[in-house]
Amino acid sequence: MTDDARPDPDALLARIQAEEQREARAKLKVFFGASPGVGKTFAMLESARRLKADGVDVVVGCVETHGREDTAALLDGLEVMPRRVVDYRGVKLPELDLEAALRRRPEVLLVDELAHTNAPGSRHPKRWHDVMELLEAGIEIHSTLNVQHLESLGDVVQQITGVKVRETVPDMVLERADEIELIDLPPEELLERLADGKVYLAEQAGRAAQNFFQRGNLLALRELALRRVAARVDSEMLAYRSQHGISSPWPAGERILVCVGASPGSERLVRAARRMAEGLHAPWVAAYVDPIGQPPLGDKDRDRLEANLRLAESLGADVVRLSGRRIAETLLAYARTQNISRIVAGKPTHARWRDRLRGSLLDELIRGSGQIDIHVISPIERGGPPPAATGPVEGAGPWPYTWPVAAVAVITGLGLVAYDYLTQADIAMLYLIGIMLASLAGRGPALVASSLSVLAFDFCFVPPRFTFAISDVRYLITFAVMFGAGLAISTLTVRLRHQERSAVQRERRTAALLAFTRDVADSDDLDAIAVATARHVEDSLGVAAAVLVPDDDGGLGSIAGLAPLAAQEIAVARWAFEHAATAGHGTETLPGARILAVPLEAGDRVVGVVAIQGHQEPRILDPEQRHVLDAFARQAGLAIGRARLDTEARESALRARTEELRSSLLSAVSHDLRTPLAVITGAATTLRDDSAGLGAAARAELLDTIVEEARRLERVLANLLGITRVETGIELSREWVPVEELVGGALTRLETVIGDRAVEIDVPGDLAVAVDPVLFEQLLLNLVENAVKHGAPPITVRARRRDRAVEIEIADRGPGLPVGAEQQVFDKFYRAPGTRAPGVGLGLAVCRGIAAAHGGDVVAENRTDGPGAVFRVTIPLVGAPPAPPPEPAELAAAEASP
Amino acid sequence: MSDPLDVVVVVEDEPQMRRFLRATLSGHGFRVIEAGTVADGERAVAQTPPSLVLLDLGLPDGDGIELVRRLREWSRVPVIVISARGREDDKVAALDAGADDYLTKPFGVGELAARIRVALRHARGDGGAAAGAVIEAGPIRVDQARHEVAVDGAAVKLTPIEFRLLVLLAQNAGKVLTHRQLLRDVWGPNAVEHTHYLRVHMAALRRKIEKDPARPQWLVTEPGVGYRLRDA
Repeated sequence: MTDDARPDPDALLARIQAEEQREARAKLKVFFGASPGVGKTFAMLESARRLKADGVDVVVGCVETHGREDTAALLDGLEVMPRRVVDYRGVKLPELDLEAALRRRPEVLLVDELAHTNAPGSRHPKRWHDVMELLEAGIEIHSTLNVQHLESLGDVVQQITGVKVRETVPDMVLERADEIELIDLPPEELLERLADGKVYLAEQAGRAAQNFFQRGNLLALRELALRRVAARVDSEMLAYRSQHGISSPWPAGERILVCVGASPGSERLVRAARRMAEGLHAPWVAAYVDPIGQPPLGDKDRDRLEANLRLAESLGADVVRLSGRRIAETLLAYARTQNISRIVAGKPTHARWRDRLRGSLLDELIRGSGQIDIHVISPIERGGPPPAATGPVEGAGPWPYTWPVAAVAVITGLGLVAYDYLTQADIAMLYLIGIMLASLAGRGPALVASSLSVLAFDFCFVPPRFTFAISDVRYLITFAVMFGAGLAISTLTVRLRHQERSAVQRERRTAALLAFTRDVADSDDLDAIAVATARHVEDSLGVAAAVLVPDDDGGLGSIAGLAPLAAQEIAVARWAFEHAATAGHGTETLPGARILAVPLEAGDRVVGVVAIQGHQEPRILDPEQRHVLDAFARQAGLAIGRARLDTEARESALRARTEELRSSLLSAVSHDLRTPLAVITGAATTLRDDSAGLGAAARAELLDTIVEEARRLERVLANLLGITRVETGIELSREWVPVEELVGGALTRLETVIGDRAVEIDVPGDLAVAVDPVLFEQLLLNLVENAVKHGAPPITVRARRRDRAVEIEIADRGPGLPVGAEQQVFDKFYRAPGTRAPGVGLGLAVCRGIAAAHGGDVVAENRTDGPGAVFRVTIPLVGAPPAPPPEPAELAAAEASP
Repeated sequence: MSDPLDVVVVVEDEPQMRRFLRATLSGHGFRVIEAGTVADGERAVAQTPPSLVLLDLGLPDGDGIELVRRLREWSRVPVIVISARGREDDKVAALDAGADDYLTKPFGVGELAARIRVALRHARGDGGAAAGAVIEAGPIRVDQARHEVAVDGAAVKLTPIEFRLLVLLAQNAGKVLTHRQLLRDVWGPNAVEHTHYLRVHMAALRRKIEKDPARPQWLVTEPGVGYRLRDA
């Protein structure tokens, strides 16, 4: 049976080996990027310079500067090894000089481009082979790698970019890295660098490069790289956690294991083990073995066992619960995998016959211990090493005894009736059947049935009949068989029952854990995980449960289940949270509390607390339940930790995106504000300073320019304000407004922009929408202005009711939208390629924001009936406009009195 | 556009804006008195008294709307408020508090001159507001005594509400009327929230008055504020 509460021994061993290997082998640090040009080499050189400044012996093995001055400048002052130049078919290929590097043996060697393929004739086909050899030689390596070169991602990258990546590095190499530094650059900046010729393109020349460096590709690659690094962080956390199941740091010397049972004497064992551990400066483990196939402990024993284990825990022991058929075997197996050097066990206090009958635990321990020392301690009181078995619980109560009595009575009656037709052997057989059946109910009923059968058989059928005297000694054998059969069968039955029950329990626990894991595995939502945790804990343990996580103010708040908690209960949870230890009812800390609080841990930090409370009165969980609770807590901790990581990753992605937006905003704004300002300044100063030399026409032109540019400035500002408003969330003041009025308002405001361009309007007079009139007019205005700027007349404005929505179309006869840009046009700062029309590219983004705020949508497409684009706004109709009070259709002279 | 004695008080805290207004208004023959705060503005109006007040709504020592309210307690001097786009609520509040019209920053000198002209005309009572008179605005002719409306000489039949709306707008031709003002005057004080009624009747009115109701030339919508009948 695998114990969920303790680390898998195999995994632990592998971990230790990995750790040892890592210590022996030199460090590998990888500067990891999403695509060429993000600045990995630059970052590596910068870090090398810092190391150098700190006095580390850093040498540049090979670094590709690609002729870039800023990168090359970083090489200044660093020791650069000469390259080994390989002549391959007339081409001189400069390679890393592996031999020279091994001879030079610097502390840190920089080797750029892990994925590089060495020139034919080199010692290794790939550069990463060289790096491996250098690492083996104990030289710390700093290198660079792009995500698309990872072997396992080759297919994905090809799917995304359409570029087949030939130079790959096995994932094992990246996993070997002790440190990965992600070099991240927003795609926009990368594209800018590319445009400025700052990115060196070796393999993907020409078209391939164009295909590769698409914004979409870069975004996808960036995500791949970020995820890859995030996954690594996750697995490191898991590794840390599984290692954390045992004490750390891993000791080289002594390790002590104490066998804890339910007897009061175990307390003394625990304290003795603690003293020994202290003296040896050794970590220690308190182990309890739950014997398979043995009857479970009684309530009193269970409480005592738990107290003993808690004591051990509070004294600094790692507590493990093992289960196995044979206690000694289980303990020794565990001790061997854990490098236990000493086992502390109790001196037996029971009678010797029990050892003869069942085998002595101590004896088995000593025989099987091999190199492990066994310390035998005398308990103060009666009691022995684990576990103190108590009498069978099975068959308690009077009920199971009624039917052995009945069976004997029936058989006796039957025998009396059919006495003339049956031999005594037949009757004995009948009794045996009765005993067998009765034995299924447990040992007690078996004994009762056996005794009664013997007595009844003797009295009624064994001559001399109706006396307890026996004429023939052979009958004694019959009696013995009857007893023996009863005992044997009942013992087997009891054992089977227990096995069955613990199997069922195990199965139930596994199923509960599985269900829980399934529920939280894919969830990265903290609340969902908390709710699932509370529900599963409640269902599995039959208690009320709450999950508490720290809130922003540093307090603990319940986010799922049982709420609200009293201040005292929060305090218990708080203690558990701060000390990363179980607290509350039935523990050593705050045992008077009504709740039991178990910390939820992810890696080295506590991410929350699960608190449980019995429905009626507080109760101590049995080991099995504690086990389940611990397993849940561990899973929940990991899930919450993962959710936190996800959230953090998302937040940092958001920050990056905001940063990116801000920089594009700044560049767009500085361009779009500066240009008109420059024109206005120029024209105005000309008018002021040089007016004498200007003709009337020139003056008029300058003045027109000033007015035009000022208007342009205003539009830019209006859209900037608009986007800020829609992005920070707008409060709509909705009113029912005729679409006609909205369209009319927009067209009136655009009168000068539209000029004499033809505008065709097809809007039903009775069509109304519930919108914010000011914002919605802005939407229509932007769309019409867009049609004027980028399209060609006639511009058509058309509105229709469609089911429960109103559709407004603004179409033009211009060149239409670039294919594939139908969505992009609504992006902030999108400018149609080659467009010279003024504007920051915010107008349509504002439109989309306003439409979305109204629960509607705006889409763009090319007209199907000839050239031109059409923008379609859809606004859902909610409710109906209030009908105005009726009035006479025409003005009657009598009643009109203005 | 002005009598030689016309004085305009400009309440505005931005020196550049004051300089522009001073230059422009002086050029149009006004005498300009400048104030940078609500308190200075109120004092200037009390001491002068001016023919018109140009009032910026955002002032360092208080809200321009408050100044409008205080002025209206003792003065009927026309007030034109100046405010930025997107502050429709402020404009409506100022107008409902008694301001006569508004200008949205930035504005051209043509717009400024037109607003001032209309405000001065209405203040002098020669805006055709006399009850029973015939009012003409562009092609629209409203005969208040006969309850008759004609557009380009052709008679148009209006409902009582449409007629009252048109009369109100025509009496204030060139000036903006807020939704609230129109609703109160046509439907009564209990109807001031029923903007939808107003919109429906304005739409009907446009259909009868305008050549193309979706591109109105005369009954102009001031988004978020109200309506204005253009004066030719």
